[in-house]
Amino acid sequence: MAAPLLEVRDLVMHFPVKSRGVIARTVGHVKAVDGVSFTVEAGQSLGLVGESGCGKTTTGRLITRLQKPTSGQILFEGQDIAQAGPRVLKPLRREIQMIFQDPYTSLNPRQTVGEIVGAPLVIHKLVPASQRLARVQELLEVVGLNPEHYNRYPHEFSGGQRQRIGIARALTLQPKLLVADEPVSALDVSIQAQVINLMQDLQREFNIAFLFIAHDLSIVRHFCPEVAVMYLGKIVEKAPRDELYEHPKHPYTKALLSAVPNIEQAVLGGRRERIRLQGDVPSPINPPSGCRFRTRCWKAQDICATTEPPLQKVGAGADVAACHFPEQ
Amino acid sequence: MTSAISLDEQAVMPTAPRPARRSIAQLLPSRSPKLVVGLSIAGVIILWAIIGPLIVGNPNAISTSMFQTPGTAGHLLGTTQTGQDVWSQIAYGTRGSLIIGFSVGIISTVLSAIFGILGAYIGGALDETFALFTNIVLVIPGLPLVIVIGNYIPVNQRGLFLIAIVLALTGWAGSARVLRAVTLSVRNRDYVAASRVSGEKTWRILVVEILPNLIPVMASQFVFAMIFAILGEAGLSFLGLGASNSFTLGTILFQAYNDLALTQGAWWWFVPPGLVIALFGCALSLINFSIDEIINPKLRNSTRAVRKKWGLSPAQIRQLDEEQIK
Repeated sequence: MAAPLLEVRDLVMHFPVKSRGVIARTVGHVKAVDGVSFTVEAGQSLGLVGESGCGKTTTGRLITRLQKPTSGQILFEGQDIAQAGPRVLKPLRREIQMIFQDPYTSLNPRQTVGEIVGAPLVIHKLVPASQRLARVQELLEVVGLNPEHYNRYPHEFSGGQRQRIGIARALTLQPKLLVADEPVSALDVSIQAQVINLMQDLQREFNIAFLFIAHDLSIVRHFCPEVAVMYLGKIVEKAPRDELYEHPKHPYTKALLSAVPNIEQAVLGGRRERIRLQGDVPSPINPPSGCRFRTRCWKAQDICATTEPPLQKVGAGADVAACHFPEQ
Repeated sequence: MTSAISLDEQAVMPTAPRPARRSIAQLLPSRSPKLVVGLSIAGVIILWAIIGPLIVGNPNAISTSMFQTPGTAGHLLGTTQTGQDVWSQIAYGTRGSLIIGFSVGIISTVLSAIFGILGAYIGGALDETFALFTNIVLVIPGLPLVIVIGNYIPVNQRGLFLIAIVLALTGWAGSARVLRAVTLSVRNRDYVAASRVSGEKTWRILVVEILPNLIPVMASQFVFAMIFAILGEAGLSFLGLGASNSFTLGTILFQAYNDLALTQGAWWWFVPPGLVIALFGCALSLINFSIDEIINPKLRNSTRAVRKKWGLSPAQIRQLDEEQIK
């Protein structure tokens, strides 16, 4: 079997915490991402969910190499790019692109849409200057914008339209992998659906693999056949979509899913069982020993404090979870 | 493909063709009276500094018959104690002061850009070093240092450009700090990340993505540096530490003071250079205020003009004004 499009092995990102004072010493590390492994196959999409601060955005920024990981491997088509320098990265930039969360800060207010969408063509010298405009207009049409609007400025567009511009920019280089960092969470619900459907169409048409980072569980379910759940810098469960949503194995996943409102149950009048987690997420500077979720887990026992559960196969399906006492 | 696209989203915007480039027009506010007044005064003075010296006679020429007399037909603004024409001196002096003003503006803007923008974008040890250096320069008291440097250089070598360099070296640090702060905010915006993901080179990110967002701030700082330089030069010259081998408005004032023009009531000698300094400083400040309004929409006083453009009645405008005050 050929190497997967993207394979991440034991990815670690520790941000140093400096002491205050004239001479700053490193007094600790924020363990934002602490040993994350997953694969994304060509044309497939993997959803990465978790609450704020669990390291999912950092993971995305590491894969696009906006940041250099502390350790671990990022294998793109078999080539490790985790510590690669700019010269090695430049050709790979064509293959890995990113869609940003906030369409209001992801477009330079002083550039026209044509300049924004066409910039990657200039950087990689892909298209001669004479054909650049035609290519930009083609891209605008692909994402459902009026191609005549290439000389407008971002502030003349609505949030949904701006996100389409951001998608057009990401498509300019015809990437094989798109890292979508909460691509719709800044948009209102009616526009969310449009943008999600647009991305799905584009995925089908251009065979793009997605790493879809989100905190909205229902959108991830709609978009991704496979979902990974992160908690405090680690993946706690990874499973095919239906398996994960119907039969969560990890207690954290179960708690997350129980927080999603369920219309069917509400209509039937049944009280849904909601798991309320006690306390706050522990500090990623000093995560709990053993299982990181044990401080808030209702199943925690002594072994959870001493031994860290590995990510292992649970049940009959392809579900993997990191728990000593997985749900059956 | 098109199934996902809502057409009503596009229908909102008319498809009338637009000029491809409007960024410069966008930078200018809609005919703010401050800007108009500031630009006209500054324009007249700059024009005078350029063509004045070509028209008037030699400022050093001594009239043998008229010493310290008020304006007459031959000498529009009268003469100095040694019989030199004040009008010609003002022409040359304005040119000298403006050369210093523009040079300081350019040099200190470049310095503040290097220390502020570059350090903040690259970060790490370079940023620490640049920020520390900026802070050191910032706390060094400016005028005493300028006096010391001015004093150190022999009188016959103190030309316009030397004074300009001295003033620029002491005046860039405040702007650098502001630019550093703005750059730190701009560099973390997603569009900078997007262009890094696209493989943009560092210098191109700085020039294409970051710099255009700093231009209003830098323009304001340039104008401020000019005011600082012209006033600073006048102060230095008045103390006898200025460009002693050329004419500036400050050296004219210094001469007038030295030759007792004030005590003898020779107002035509010292009022005009003072007035030119005051007017030019005022004009530049007005320009700066309008730049401020462009940078900070909350300060925008041009709402009135804009509302008039919308075709609102005076009563409606008054009502909106009152609402804003509340």
